Amino acid sequence: MNPKEEKVKIITEEFDENDEDTGVGSQKKTSKMARQKRKKRLPAAGPEEMVSENPHLGNQPEPLQEDSDTRPLSMTTRRGPRSLPPIPSASRTGFAEFSMRERMREKLQAARSKAESTLLQEIPTPRPRRFQSAGEKELETEFGAEPGEEAQKTEQEDDSQSRSRVKFRDSVRKIKTKPPVPPGFPSAEEAYNFFTFNFDPEPEESEEKPKAKNRDGTTQEEEEGEEEEPPVQGIHKTDEQLLISATEAEAFLWGLDHTAADFVAVRPADYESAHVRLQMEKELLFVPSRLTVPTYKKLPENVQPRYLEDEGLYIGTRPDVPRTCQNIMENRLLTQEPGRRWFGDDGRIVALPNPIKPFPSRPPVLTQEQDFRAELETLYKKAVKYVHRSQHMIGSGDSPGNFQLDIDISGLIFTHHPCFSREHVLAAKLAQLYDQYLARHQRNKAKFLTDKLQALRNAVQTGLNPEKTHKSLDTTQKTINEYKSEIRQTRKLRDAEQEKDRMLLKTIIKVWKEMKSLREFQRFTNTPLKLVLRKEKVDQKADEEAYEAEIQAEISELLEEHMEEHEQKMEAYRAAYQQWKAWKKAQRAKKKKKKQAVEEHPEEEMGEPYPEEDPVKPVPPEPTDRALMEHQVRERAARSRRRPGEPLLVPELSLAGSVTPNEQCPRVEVLRREDVKRRSIYLKVIFNDKEVSRTDSRPLGADFRVHFGQIFNLQIFNWPESLTLQVYETVGHSGTTLLAEVFLPIPETTIVTGRAPIEEVEFSSNQHVTLDHEGVGSGMPFSFEADGSNQLILMTSGKVSNSVAWAIGENGIPLIPPLSQQNIGFRSTTPSSSVHVVANGRIPPFLCALKRADAISSIGTSGLTDLKKLAKWAAESKLDPNDPNNAPLMQLISVATSGESYVPDFFRLEQLQQEFNFVSDEELNRSKRFRLLCLRSQEVPEFRNYKQIPAYDREIMEKVFQDYEKRLRDRNVIETKDHIDPHRAMVAKYLQQVRESVINRFLIAKHHFLLSDLIVEEEVPNISILGLSLFKLAEQKRPLRPRRKGRKKVTAQNLSDGDIKVLVNIIRAYDIPVRKATASKFQQPSRSSRTFSEKHAASPTTHSPTHSADYPLGQVLVRPFVEVSFQRTICHTTTAEGPNPSWNEELELPFRAPNGDYSTSSLQSVKDDVFINIFDEVLYDVLEDDRERGSGIHTRIERHWLGCVKIPFSTIYFQAKIDGTFKIDIPPVLLGYSKERSMIIERGFDSVRSLSEGSYITLFITMEPQLVPGELVREKFDSQEDEKLLQATEKFQAECALKFPHRQCLTTVTDISGKTVFITRYLKPLNPPQELLEACPNNPQATAELVARYVSLIPFLPDTVSFAGICDLWSTSDQFLDLLAGDEEEHAVLLCNYFLSLGKKAWLVMGSAIPEGPTAYVLTREQSHYLIWNPCSGHFYGQFDTFCPLKSVGCLIGPDNIWFNIQRHDSPLRINFDVTKPKLWKSFFSRSLLYPGLSSVQPEELIYQRTDKAAAAELQDRIEKILKEKIMDWRPRHLTRWNRYCTSALRHFLPLLERSRGEDVEDDHRGELLKQLGDYRFSGFPLHMPYSELKPLIEAVYSTGVHNIDVPNVEFALAVYIHPYPKNVLSVWIYVASLIRNR
Amino acid sequence: MAAAGPSVFLLMVNGQVESAQFPEYDDLYCKYCFVYGQDWAPTAGLEEGISQITSKSRDVRQALVWNFPIDVTFKSTNPYGWPQIVLSVYGPDVFGNDVVRGYGAVHLPFSPGRHKRTIPMFVPESTSKLQKFTSWFMGRRPEYTDPKVVAQGEGREVTRVRSQGFVTLLFNVVTKDMRKLGYDTGPSDTQGVSGPSPLPGLPL
Repeated sequence: MNPKEEKVKIITEEFDENDEDTGVGSQKKTSKMARQKRKKRLPAAGPEEMVSENPHLGNQPEPLQEDSDTRPLSMTTRRGPRSLPPIPSASRTGFAEFSMRERMREKLQAARSKAESTLLQEIPTPRPRRFQSAGEKELETEFGAEPGEEAQKTEQEDDSQSRSRVKFRDSVRKIKTKPPVPPGFPSAEEAYNFFTFNFDPEPEESEEKPKAKNRDGTTQEEEEGEEEEPPVQGIHKTDEQLLISATEAEAFLWGLDHTAADFVAVRPADYESAHVRLQMEKELLFVPSRLTVPTYKKLPENVQPRYLEDEGLYIGTRPDVPRTCQNIMENRLLTQEPGRRWFGDDGRIVALPNPIKPFPSRPPVLTQEQDFRAELETLYKKAVKYVHRSQHMIGSGDSPGNFQLDIDISGLIFTHHPCFSREHVLAAKLAQLYDQYLARHQRNKAKFLTDKLQALRNAVQTGLNPEKTHKSLDTTQKTINEYKSEIRQTRKLRDAEQEKDRMLLKTIIKVWKEMKSLREFQRFTNTPLKLVLRKEKVDQKADEEAYEAEIQAEISELLEEHMEEHEQKMEAYRAAYQQWKAWKKAQRAKKKKKKQAVEEHPEEEMGEPYPEEDPVKPVPPEPTDRALMEHQVRERAARSRRRPGEPLLVPELSLAGSVTPNEQCPRVEVLRREDVKRRSIYLKVIFNDKEVSRTDSRPLGADFRVHFGQIFNLQIFNWPESLTLQVYETVGHSGTTLLAEVFLPIPETTIVTGRAPIEEVEFSSNQHVTLDHEGVGSGMPFSFEADGSNQLILMTSGKVSNSVAWAIGENGIPLIPPLSQQNIGFRSTTPSSSVHVVANGRIPPFLCALKRADAISSIGTSGLTDLKKLAKWAAESKLDPNDPNNAPLMQLISVATSGESYVPDFFRLEQLQQEFNFVSDEELNRSKRFRLLCLRSQEVPEFRNYKQIPAYDREIMEKVFQDYEKRLRDRNVIETKDHIDPHRAMVAKYLQQVRESVINRFLIAKHHFLLSDLIVEEEVPNISILGLSLFKLAEQKRPLRPRRKGRKKVTAQNLSDGDIKVLVNIIRAYDIPVRKATASKFQQPSRSSRTFSEKHAASPTTHSPTHSADYPLGQVLVRPFVEVSFQRTICHTTTAEGPNPSWNEELELPFRAPNGDYSTSSLQSVKDDVFINIFDEVLYDVLEDDRERGSGIHTRIERHWLGCVKIPFSTIYFQAKIDGTFKIDIPPVLLGYSKERSMIIERGFDSVRSLSEGSYITLFITMEPQLVPGELVREKFDSQEDEKLLQATEKFQAECALKFPHRQCLTTVTDISGKTVFITRYLKPLNPPQELLEACPNNPQATAELVARYVSLIPFLPDTVSFAGICDLWSTSDQFLDLLAGDEEEHAVLLCNYFLSLGKKAWLVMGSAIPEGPTAYVLTREQSHYLIWNPCSGHFYGQFDTFCPLKSVGCLIGPDNIWFNIQRHDSPLRINFDVTKPKLWKSFFSRSLLYPGLSSVQPEELIYQRTDKAAAAELQDRIEKILKEKIMDWRPRHLTRWNRYCTSALRHFLPLLERSRGEDVEDDHRGELLKQLGDYRFSGFPLHMPYSELKPLIEAVYSTGVHNIDVPNVEFALAVYIHPYPKNVLSVWIYVASLIRNR
Repeated sequence: MAAAGPSVFLLMVNGQVESAQFPEYDDLYCKYCFVYGQDWAPTAGLEEGISQITSKSRDVRQALVWNFPIDVTFKSTNPYGWPQIVLSVYGPDVFGNDVVRGYGAVHLPFSPGRHKRTIPMFVPESTSKLQKFTSWFMGRRPEYTDPKVVAQGEGREVTRVRSQGFVTLLFNVVTKDMRKLGYDTGPSDTQGVSGPSPLPGLPL
């Protein structure tokens, strides 16, 4: 604690003691008390107090002296009450007594304070008050978060309040004790303070309290005694005493009554007149006034109110307290507590922004038994009206808005209008100039400047006067200089002003003259304007004198100026001259030196002639010529000033002129006037972009003025953003045009109705108007001159005179939205906003937003977009940066202006999106589970059927994505591993991509449903069905010969692995090749006796029954069995015997769909084939010793591959069943076998059989259960075909389908880009490769076969496989050749085109064949017969070939027409192919629909590249290597030896096979082989296939089962030959053989 | 992994197809089946069922009561594709042909406990008046290719239906490990060990 304070306290205590001891002490104390009153300060006695304390202490003696005059008064007062008996004591209760005392005390205090204040006025305050309160302010802001201290105080207060007596005493004591000691216990006022005011920490309090308590104990008696004597002051004393005595007496009487009541019975009722009572009450009660306390009362004497916020300090907003309450409080404080500590420097009660404490100070009551529910009970709250667009609205917290804006539109004046005549233009100009003149005249700047100049001159004069100056000389000189420069400035300004004035006057006169001449010229007057020039006489002499004096003064000044300048120049000159001189001297000395030097070294001079520039000799400045100057000054004066003696001209514009009446005007002018009359003007008032009202339509006057005089009272609810007037002009009865928009500023809040000045707001329009009368139009050039020069372009413009103000309510309160009140912090807001308003007629949105102090939340989205503007505004409006409310805004601005953060220029649509993101995007993307779910929902093939996605990320293996990622990565990487040939790899990749895109399209298409997809509904029965069903009723229930009924089809939805089986019923085979004995010593069980030479005859073409006559009967020629393999499951039949075996066995193979997906689309894309291989079972006797033959059988079973039939699963799937006889694909060379006809056995069939070559097998294949094949995607692709044609195709197809629903009829197909194309466009003669044509030039049949073979070598790839969803895409022939893959249609189209180019008559046959199902073949007409070509195999058949796979013919398609088969039969055997007969073939284009000559989609010509032979050879080597490795892989348990010798022999043989296309080489080959490999038992065969990729080759080799031989000493031979055809078409030959060495 | 927590949650539903209100028809039976997403798998119970034929009660309610039990348990990793029960009601028409009387579907309740559901039923309409007549005459009313269609939203825009009757179902649902996998299906899920802590802002 401060020692000084300590001292002060000691003093106080001394006084206290004095009190006790002596009566004198009390006297002293009173005096002190009085003094204290004077110096009463705020109770907040913090450490700061100490500082302010010092002067007090120092001043102490002084007030003591002053006390002397007050002493007698207080002495007397003291004596009085003391002599009185103790107040009520006897009769009244303690409480009554107390309250009485209380009242007394209050009253006394009031009286005292009054006296106090009067005293105060006499005594000057010892120190400025400001300082203290500034400190206090600081404290105030510091206040806030000290709940602990607060709580402490509460406690303290609690115990203090518990003793009311003490309190009372304390309050009295406060009066008595010395000021530095703060009151130990708060009074009522302090209690109030406590709640409304912030306390400073009071360190001395704790020490003070015990002291006070001490005193309580010791001096209670005494003090109480003291209390009794109220320290009343002089004037009030008497009546106070009287009153008390009166009451006292009464009380006494009452007390007496009490005893007397027993015997005194009757007594008149006590009456107290109202007046008396009022009087009494008036005396007893204190009613604070409601009137506003004048500021000076609240402030110390001679102190001006001080507004801290003006000084830049932040002042928080005050709590909202009604004015009256505030007044009452102030009044009360003034009377009760005479000190002014409750008033701030600005004369208002000090207040905190928010009187509510953030935390409850009451300790929480923990009520355990109370239920939670009770606290969480719902409370009814009245519904609050929802406020839209609160940003621009008077918020709900504000007083309910009923605000009014008065807009007074008084009139409109056009400064230019299209209907202006030339005279009007001039008149407008004149009026404008006159206005300008008037404005200038009013300001009279020239006069002002002249006066100023005069004053300055005088000042200079006095300044130069030495005796008058008190200041030091140099300062005078300085001021004089300043004056002089100012004189110069002022003079210049004045001259300019004067010149302007003169110019203006001149212009006015000029315009007026022009106007006069115009009036004269046009002989009529349009405007009443009249200019009168009034001359004001001037005193010639005085004027001249003044003029002259002025000039003289000016000249002298100028001279002075010039002198100064000259002086300066001279100075400079001298300096320069000195320099020059010095240089010269030096130069001379140098030269001298040089001369000597030159004499010695003459050439040296050239080296450095002049090392530095010669300084020019300075020219002395010329002295100023007075005469010249005078001349200049005079000239200027003449130009800008009135000549002396010239009369002063005052123009006066009046409307006194008369306008020529219509009758005297020319026609054009009359027209113009009429036009003007037809026009009328009205204004729309637009508030916040909404039309709120409009004025009446007023006609345009002849003077182009419109008077409205209307006042609009806008009851507004929204804060005004913009206020616009739109000027509309109506011409006659035609439409109105918007002339212009006038933006009105929103008035300041101070502008209320009645005070608003009428303002003129200019507007202009950019419309262009040309009129056909005198009117000059608008935006059009016109001229006053006769020759049309000096053109003017004037735009419609004018002024609206209006005034906008806030209305005043009934009670005189302006109806202004409370923005102004809320924005006390932004006091300067309004001016700046009005600046904005003037700028664009619109309050910036953020301004409204700032209404709410929270910048970010209220500005929100719109305001943030333009931070720069915001910052600018903030700077302009001098936003209080200290206000914590503005902190976010300031921060934002600082960020924005410092450029630290990036302010986006873009507009964000969902700026709140971020708040709804529960994880960041990256995190979301990182989630494997999310990714998996996304991919599945996108139906990515790998994940389409992913089941049970794990619940956690961690359970998802990374490898799940690997395949997918790899696929994505490899999309553009061409992998050559699987595809040895790079071109094929590319094609495969391309196909893959096409497939993907098509699949994606179909996946989308799959989600389009038709009614039939969802609902099964019986078709409307037609007569035939109805009849049939009627017939059915009569049907036998159990027919004797049951018909085969269709099996129930199963939708492929709820199927799983193992549910589906493929049933293969193998019935019989024909013409299986038979074994034959060779000339070797082969140990064959069937010892064929055929000789080698006979083999030649074995070929079917040369076959004759005589050849086989010598075969022994009963000999087993072949023991064939059939092995069916499907999806690597293998089943085989029992072994039959003979070349025409009959098995009649059913084999069951399970079917597994890929990925367990049994959906239709998945099943369609199953690429697996069913291989039906025919083997010959060969038994070898391995018995070493003949002697054991009787006792045991030792045989080895070997199987020799004879041939195969390959049926794709997709065929089975779509056909549902395959039933028929198929040609077995037998290798062209089958060593050890021959196709021999043993006529003995099969004589009966011979005649039939001989028609065709090859072996056949009869099969029946189906699936169990039957699956519903996926339907063709019904898609209507867009087309470039003629709409009529498309309609015709639909009609044609509908007709055909009606007649023969099962016959295929194609008119339009889909090309590879997904467009519908008419089918005939695909057929066009196309050139086959030249190479093929040259091969056999003389044999057209051979050429045709070669071409067919070429076509068949292009790999077959069904569309259904490549394009799941069965959409038949037709590629053109060049695309087909580029892709090197396609299905029947592409092959057939290409073949047909080749045939067409070969000059054949060829058609495309659409029909169905075995095993393909619906397919396309090619039909050619030879000389006499028709040939049917299978484009995929290259084979051809005669029309009547029973083994022709084509079983039905739907339609024929030629290059220019389509013929639909309307014959009864559709088998090629039984139909007539003559398309010219309309009864048999219905043609598409007929007489009714002529062939329009459709262009082809095919290219003009096919271009064939020669295939690179080297690449082919390389590929050949690689394939061979890979196959060899594969065979070794397939034999993991055995050693695989390769017979090189044999391999090379085979390799030589393969080209021969290619050349002969697999015919007629067998015998030579066999002989050769035998020659070379005499000791080996040899079985092997060449495989031939088109090359597409490696996998089918491997599959083919595998299916032959060559590797299955496990004889220990077996050797293998494998040779590959690739024959390249043009366009990379490769024919692959693989020769595989096993060799077993004979022993 | 098992120690870390469950990787699937289980949904066990039992209950019954209680009764139906088909004011115009009598002698009806119903079939039910479930439609669920890819992440769901039935672990126990019957996935489909066909009920007995029931006749209308003789009282004023005219209820068709089946009381046909449902008892099935699913496991899943993902609430997406929550199982739906699909009901189809059949009965004879005037000629004695079995025709469909209503289709309907509802999701199994999410929250554990006892739930009663009343499903409005509907049938597809014939495409034309003539077909309506013939279908009535022939006893071959239009039907959905697959009753499961009614549990999916795709492709429904091509159909027109007429509503007829209601079926009331009762479910008792038990879930396991839903909470542990982070799916809170409602207040009646008693899995939570402790209730949520009292709100911090509330005065005590």
